[in-house]
Amino acid sequence: MTAHSNVPRTPPRFSATFDPATLAEIRRAAATGIYDIRGGGTKRKVPHFDDLLFLGASMSRYPLEGYREKCGTEVVLGTRFAKKPITLKTPVTIAGMSFGALSAQAKEALGRGATTVGTSTTTGDGGMTPEERGQSQTLVYQYLPSRYGMNPVDLRKADAIEIVIGQGAKPGGGGMLLGQKISDRVAAMRNLPKGIDQRSACRHPDWTGPDDLEIKIEELREITDWEKPIYVKVGASRPYYDIALAVKAGADVVVLDGMQGGTAATQDVFIENVGLPILSAIRPAVQALQDLGMHRKVQLIVSGGIRSGADVAKALALGADAVAIGTAALVALGDNDPQFEDEYQALGTTAGAYDDWHEGLDPAGITTQDPVLAARLDPVKAGHRLANYLSVMTLEAQTIARACGKSHVHNLEPEDLVALTVEAAAMAGVPLAGTSWIPGRTGGY
Amino acid sequence: MNAISPDLTFDLADTSLRELNAALHAATGESNARRWRVLNPNGRHAVAVGIAAPLTVEIEGHVGYYCAGMNAEASVIIHGNAGVGLAENMMSGFVHVRGDASQAAGATGHGGLLVIDGNASARCGISMKGIDIVVKGSVGHMSAFMGQSGSLIVLGDAGEALGDSLYEARLFVRGSVKSLGADCIEKEMRDEHKVLLAEKLKAAGLDGSVDVSAFKRYGSARQLYNFHVDNASAY
Repeated sequence: MTAHSNVPRTPPRFSATFDPATLAEIRRAAATGIYDIRGGGTKRKVPHFDDLLFLGASMSRYPLEGYREKCGTEVVLGTRFAKKPITLKTPVTIAGMSFGALSAQAKEALGRGATTVGTSTTTGDGGMTPEERGQSQTLVYQYLPSRYGMNPVDLRKADAIEIVIGQGAKPGGGGMLLGQKISDRVAAMRNLPKGIDQRSACRHPDWTGPDDLEIKIEELREITDWEKPIYVKVGASRPYYDIALAVKAGADVVVLDGMQGGTAATQDVFIENVGLPILSAIRPAVQALQDLGMHRKVQLIVSGGIRSGADVAKALALGADAVAIGTAALVALGDNDPQFEDEYQALGTTAGAYDDWHEGLDPAGITTQDPVLAARLDPVKAGHRLANYLSVMTLEAQTIARACGKSHVHNLEPEDLVALTVEAAAMAGVPLAGTSWIPGRTGGY
Repeated sequence: MNAISPDLTFDLADTSLRELNAALHAATGESNARRWRVLNPNGRHAVAVGIAAPLTVEIEGHVGYYCAGMNAEASVIIHGNAGVGLAENMMSGFVHVRGDASQAAGATGHGGLLVIDGNASARCGISMKGIDIVVKGSVGHMSAFMGQSGSLIVLGDAGEALGDSLYEARLFVRGSVKSLGADCIEKEMRDEHKVLLAEKLKAAGLDGSVDVSAFKRYGSARQLYNFHVDNASAY
């Protein structure tokens, strides 16, 4: 035994900078020479709705009785110019996800679930499928740079048109549907050969900038006889200016997607390092609408990390008219379900962490075009699960609104909120809990 | 044979664009057999967009952006120049510009025939998905970018980066090509291609007046169809 045997040893200590995940990524990059591609939104911890609390009613505020007094949840979208605005029973909508990224069964399930609770679902890159149109009472048709599957017949079948400028997971980025997910049907809808990677451009082919967008919106309105609400979707990056420009270009509705919002496939470095958390983007967007006198006239839909009725209520309190969910909707359908743990393990991951959606091997049968895997998802049962989940979110948002004394979820306001952190207080523009301090209020955007 | 008469005239000097497009969308039966004339377009955007019937529309003057956008079945003839996005996303039918066309002519078109008597600017046929485009003059840079299918036929010259990131669209150029884009290469002009080109030229009213042997054929090298790190510098 040496003289040093009784000296306490320094336990192994990982670097906060070079943590195990960072080390693993360096080794992976060194071994492959290529960046990591994955699905989903940012996984890093960012200021979020969890950092906000509602104050509720007490002496100075008058609550509503939870099971007796009405608390409205109806939302009307597209009242600015469209002849046929959309009326939804809940402010929770389903975000755009493509047939191609998702199976036809998953798209059908989204439509079924949304329709059951009276809300809308949205197509994605790749066009509109009959299953989706057939099962979706209210369907928003995305108008994307690739224009895969875009045609005037489906455009006229849509209930609204969403011009996609960007998405929160990758503002400034296009997309890629890798060849292994390009089945005969997906290939045919996109006018491309089977099995090749299908790139989705990052810019629209026939317009550039807000002045052109105004002309593009006019064209789409003329083609559809000014009937349909036209949304403009942007990824959260410069929300004050982007929303102002979308309004100037003539949008009926603006959709703002934070960096927690998912993508079917993008570089991890892009997902984790470009764009803003949704919490930081809502107030500048609302400010832009207010400065233009268009708040509540041009409706604002926000998305990116919405998980519960509390998140819905907080987004609405900050000034949104509605929210959209993508990742949470997939989880409700069955994505990342622990029942498939053995298969997730075989793919080198675990239930809850599976994000290689681009590879088309999803054990839950959602982010795949493999007919055997896709058949695992029963669109009726999955749609029912989604409907349940949407109902719960709506009930939760109502519960909070009533507690704050609001007869409609749209009556929630920033005054109902406080923040738990200085960062969240600054981003959401609400006081730090227990203080009257709103950091950053003296500056501009 | 030609039952197009009498004229049904819209003068955009005293009729709104909305009235014109609404009438074109509502046209059925007897109105299909008339020759629709549009006077004084004066560079107006979105003229004659979204038609879904076999009408013939003649526009007397210059048009702005997106003329004949998403056209299906109709024949639209523009006696003037056309702005950005002429016949964008056309599904079928025929669009003919007597003058020049601006950027992104025939963008994302799925079908039909677009004939441009003059020149077309940049990105002619960008992301084309089955449309045939015949340009009697020259085309600007990045034409047929990400072209998926269909044909771009240029009797004049092509600008820089022709056919960049091309998929399966077929490109024929009679004049010079300033440069080819990523993954676009010159290909052998075999007899079947000459036959195909002659068919397309015939459809564009150029039957026998153009020597197909004078054209070169360009297409995708198909090296970028599946992402590979060794090709990273090409992206």
